[in-house]
Amino acid sequence: MRVVVQEAEFDPGAELNAFGRGNTDIGAIVSFTGVTRDVSGGLSEMQIEHYPGMTERAITQICEEAQKRWSLADVLVIHRHGLMQAGDNIMMVATASRHRTDAFAAADFLMDYLKSRAPFWKKEVTAQGADWVESKQDDEDALDRWS
Amino acid sequence: MIDVLYFAWVRERIGMPKERLETQAKTVLELVEELRAREERYALAFSDLSSLRVAVDQDLTDFGASLDGAREVAFFPPMTGG
Repeated sequence: MRVVVQEAEFDPGAELNAFGRGNTDIGAIVSFTGVTRDVSGGLSEMQIEHYPGMTERAITQICEEAQKRWSLADVLVIHRHGLMQAGDNIMMVATASRHRTDAFAAADFLMDYLKSRAPFWKKEVTAQGADWVESKQDDEDALDRWS
Repeated sequence: MIDVLYFAWVRERIGMPKERLETQAKTVLELVEELRAREERYALAFSDLSSLRVAVDQDLTDFGASLDGAREVAFFPPMTGG
């Protein structure tokens, strides 16, 4: 398991190529990359605040829960904080397993939990001002699938 | 003494990211009541608890949670990561 919380950009391709390399038990790697989206058509920047200490701890707990539920050879979560522009990569998740069903399900689970259980808050800055992104009921409902 | 942390719009409403408090509060809710009684900015930040989340010593919990032995309490809006 590798959990990275950083301000710096990362290269999803390079991370994915390195992930699981050399482990001949792995039959499937699934990855997701979250990208800064210009929802309103005028995003000048996205600010991502987090809770240092708790962030790493919460993500590690979410990954450990995924490892209990599915047979995973490895898990990777990278999440950025700080200032982002539209089109920038915010985060990525990768899961490796013997079989694709476990890798897909675990990646889906990790994304649902990261959305609303890892302490990150997004603020969109546009010409009209700055607004905190509100949580969505859909994201909360998505967690019910796993209970 | 307990460290109280605020994030996102809670931090903005209260006007600071962190403070150290002397409190007799036994639960998170008692701490919230103490803060609400202090100043208007706290009353405003804590006006609707359903729009807030709380972590005690960096574990997500609820407002009924005990503060016995707690060193750090954090208040923030629902998370929006990913």
